[in-house]
Amino acid sequence: MSSGCLFVLRGFLCLIIKDGNLSLFLRLLVPCSSPYEIYLFFNLVCDPADVISTVEFNQTGEFLATGDKGGRVVIFQREPQGEYNVYSTFQSHEPEFDYLKSLEIEEKINKIRWLPPHNPAHFLLSTNDKTVKLWKVSEKDKRAEGYNLRDEEGRLKDLSTITTLQVPVLRPMDLLVEASPRRVFANAHAYHINSISVNSDCETYLSADDLRINLWHLNITDRSFNIVDLKPENMEDLSEVITVAEFHPHHCHLLAFSSSTGTTRLCDMRARALCDQHAKLFEEAVDPSRRSFFSEIVSSVSDVKFSHSGRYLLTRDYLTVKVWDLNMENKPVETYQVHDYLQTKLCSLYESDCIFDKFECTWNGTDSVIMTGAYNNYFRMFDRASLRDVTLEASREVCKRRAVLQPRRVCVGKKRKETDVSVDSLDFRKKILHTAWHPKENIIAIAASNNLYIFQDRLTPNGHHNMPEIQSAPPK
Amino acid sequence: MAGAEGDDSLYPIAVLIDELRNEDVQLRLNSIKKLSTIALALGVERTRTELLPFLTDTIYDEDEVLLALAEQLGSFTVLVGGPEFVHCLLPPLESLATVEETVVRDKAVESLRKISQEHSPVDLEVHFVPLVKRLASGDWFTSRTSACGLFGVCYPRVSSTVKAEIRQHFRTLCSDDTPMVRRAASSKLGEFAKVLELDYVKSDIIPLFTALASDEQDSVRLLAVEAGVSIAALLPQEDLEDLVMPTLRQAAEDKSWRVRYMVADKFSELQKAVGPEITKNDLVPAFQNLLKDCEAEVRTAAANKVKVFCESLPEDSRETIIMTHILPCVKELVSDTNQHVKSALASVIMGLSTILGKDNTVEHLLPLFLVQLKDEYPEVRLNIISNLDCVNEVIGIRQLSQSLLPAIVELAEDAKWRVRLAIIEYMPLLAGQLGVEFFDEKLNSLCMAWLIDHVYAIREAATCNLMKLVEKFGAEWAQNTIVPKVLGMANDSNYLHRMTTLFCINALSEVCGQEITTKHMLPVVLKMSTDQVANVRFNVARCLQKIGPVLDSSALQAEVKPVLEKLATDQDMDVKYFALEAISVLALA
Repeated sequence: MSSGCLFVLRGFLCLIIKDGNLSLFLRLLVPCSSPYEIYLFFNLVCDPADVISTVEFNQTGEFLATGDKGGRVVIFQREPQGEYNVYSTFQSHEPEFDYLKSLEIEEKINKIRWLPPHNPAHFLLSTNDKTVKLWKVSEKDKRAEGYNLRDEEGRLKDLSTITTLQVPVLRPMDLLVEASPRRVFANAHAYHINSISVNSDCETYLSADDLRINLWHLNITDRSFNIVDLKPENMEDLSEVITVAEFHPHHCHLLAFSSSTGTTRLCDMRARALCDQHAKLFEEAVDPSRRSFFSEIVSSVSDVKFSHSGRYLLTRDYLTVKVWDLNMENKPVETYQVHDYLQTKLCSLYESDCIFDKFECTWNGTDSVIMTGAYNNYFRMFDRASLRDVTLEASREVCKRRAVLQPRRVCVGKKRKETDVSVDSLDFRKKILHTAWHPKENIIAIAASNNLYIFQDRLTPNGHHNMPEIQSAPPK
Repeated sequence: MAGAEGDDSLYPIAVLIDELRNEDVQLRLNSIKKLSTIALALGVERTRTELLPFLTDTIYDEDEVLLALAEQLGSFTVLVGGPEFVHCLLPPLESLATVEETVVRDKAVESLRKISQEHSPVDLEVHFVPLVKRLASGDWFTSRTSACGLFGVCYPRVSSTVKAEIRQHFRTLCSDDTPMVRRAASSKLGEFAKVLELDYVKSDIIPLFTALASDEQDSVRLLAVEAGVSIAALLPQEDLEDLVMPTLRQAAEDKSWRVRYMVADKFSELQKAVGPEITKNDLVPAFQNLLKDCEAEVRTAAANKVKVFCESLPEDSRETIIMTHILPCVKELVSDTNQHVKSALASVIMGLSTILGKDNTVEHLLPLFLVQLKDEYPEVRLNIISNLDCVNEVIGIRQLSQSLLPAIVELAEDAKWRVRLAIIEYMPLLAGQLGVEFFDEKLNSLCMAWLIDHVYAIREAATCNLMKLVEKFGAEWAQNTIVPKVLGMANDSNYLHRMTTLFCINALSEVCGQEITTKHMLPVVLKMSTDQVANVRFNVARCLQKIGPVLDSSALQAEVKPVLEKLATDQDMDVKYFALEAISVLALA
């Protein structure tokens, strides 16, 4: 590292300041033989079923799962060299038809959550609008051989040749990865499921739809408990819907859920069986002078994530990401503008329905950096300590294998630099909604339409768990 | 030729062995269930050297196959050569004890516990204990949870050095990183305490219990409550106060309602374990608090225990405690906001009358019964009505009948048919307690009205109810009060009501006896054989088949036979079918 040009984004992502610009050194790791691969090389019209709808690392970061609109789950495994390759692909959900309500049920995977490791197999929950499924992904490297009545090709043997009984023996075979459905948790949601979250007690999980949150036991499929119910007696009185719900990472009794009105509520399951009354309400007072037709729409919370430490809540609304201290309800401790330049564009974004896009947000492993998506295949990172931020682009044109990503800048009005992009030329069809950060290392996964990009911090080239040399203490 | 003969006997076994790996789960399951047959054919030597190693590695199968396998292996000792070789069963059961599916693991542990008894003390230390230690220090929580259930069976039979190791392993698991293992340890703590020497219970188990009871996970803490009950039962009275009570008191006031619920749920066991003195000083206030808990689930669990708790109070102070401490809380619960609390209370509150005696019941309990009989939720009223017998013994039911009647009438006409069904089921009981006069006067008309209810299940229950009433009040009463009304319905314009007549006759003929059946019922049935609705006609055939055994042979030959023969030539297929069936059953052909 050359002297004088070094800046550490809270120990993890390494940024170098040059001429006042930030440039982030990230390498692109293209997943080989993935179903998304073809689109990385050929400029085809994308099949809507291939659009990625969720991305999630497991607890160790060794595996990464994606779900798509076609109901498929693809699991990538990290190779010793550091690259992620396809480990297993399976069809998690199929399109269905609800004959009672005359409704089509899409197969799109809304969320994936990994269970903490049980045994050598891996377990994950996947959900579409109505049904949550528990999948087991396991390896098989042995095969039984030796039949009594048939030979190895399956032909029947001559019975007169059978004089002794043969017990089959197991022989090694090529590794086979199997995904099998272990549980199906159905018929508990009248509305569309938007979140699932596994409790730290490792035996229960929640599923949330627009109006209700249900609590399930992982071993019991025919019964769930309703813990939050926002449905008013009269649907005309409906004033808000649940947008996301998540359990606290350590405290089994705490859960947070956010609503379309821009509030996030924290519930204590110890206090009551029904958590309709919240323990805390995180809401920032809106300046009445800045109130407009779009105020409520843009304040709707599209994602909530507890920090790994359990101390903070990260919320994403249309224009900002906010960090809340669980001990302070009246205002966020930090607010970051994701794309402030869209303030003046809300009208056209409303017309194109873009204003309802649900962007997710994520913490890095030490809670020092925040990442979230934006339009034009851009995604944003914010360093909480230095308050510096960077805009990066995940697109086929710029993400060559092993290339280093260059920061982007969106300008309002006149371009100051050649590489600057004007607000008017942003492509609002290209949006990065789903992102994930490796729980321990500086590896991020970005879903942009039907492409999955995995970037790695340039300082850990071989993928081993070596930390960057310069590191400041994680926030306490 | 000898070889060919061998084939014949080998063939079925060969099929079974091959089907162990059939694609069809059902066939694999069948094969596994006949594992003993396979083992028998292979002999003990080959079972040990070939079959068991194969089974050890087949843990990729469906849960139901693994479950069956785990169960089979528990009774496999003879098939591997007796107790001397029982340790050969450990490897497959060890791998089954680590699968992710709880039911399979539990079954494997159950089988392991079973075969542990067949190990000699030496084998236990050489083979079984090392397996338990391996499981206890396994990488995955699945194996460690299984280990928790095995300490208890080996501890009493091993040397003191091994005992010390086992205690150490158990201690380690109680502070495991994963809540799953701590839960397993917490749930086995009581069982393990039972096999430990008393000194070790005090020095080892108590600190573990205290730690688990203040675990950060609610699900671990709530399991510690049950362990606390078992431990309390093991300790001498003088140690309870210092060693267990602080923790149990803390559990009864836990921040999490689930833990408090568990305390309420285990309250009678707890009461038994700690004895009368602590009950008086500690449990009574704790119980009061649970009855007043802010969470309805906790109040429900506590309300369920009211009667048992009061019954088991020490006799000398029972009445005073109930009157001054429990009854005031009960009074509040009667007007609780939650229907489940009220209905739990209603199901036990009547039981208090036997404990408190006549005067107290009339003065204090009766007003509460009356309030509950007027409760807005049918379930509460039903629970009171269903337990009337307790009050009947103490004060007689007359005191209640003024309020009882409106409550019954309202339930009998409830818009929900399940509620109506529930009250019908209590009718025979009520009739018995209220007496025939009261019944004729007030309830008879209700019972008849149910016969023409628009829900079939109610009509069906109503016919059954009539039968039970006749059993209580006798045939003569039946002839005077209900038979005429039932038979009158045979002329109803609604064919469903006409069929109800037939169903009633089916139910009543036997209890009413031959005379009433022949004289009053049979003519009506026979007349209905010309009904224009086929459903009625074939039910006539079925009815005749049913009441045939009650009739004498002359009536059968002279009256029933011609009618059935005519029905056997009916145009309707079903009528024909049932008529022919009746003819053959009654042997009239």
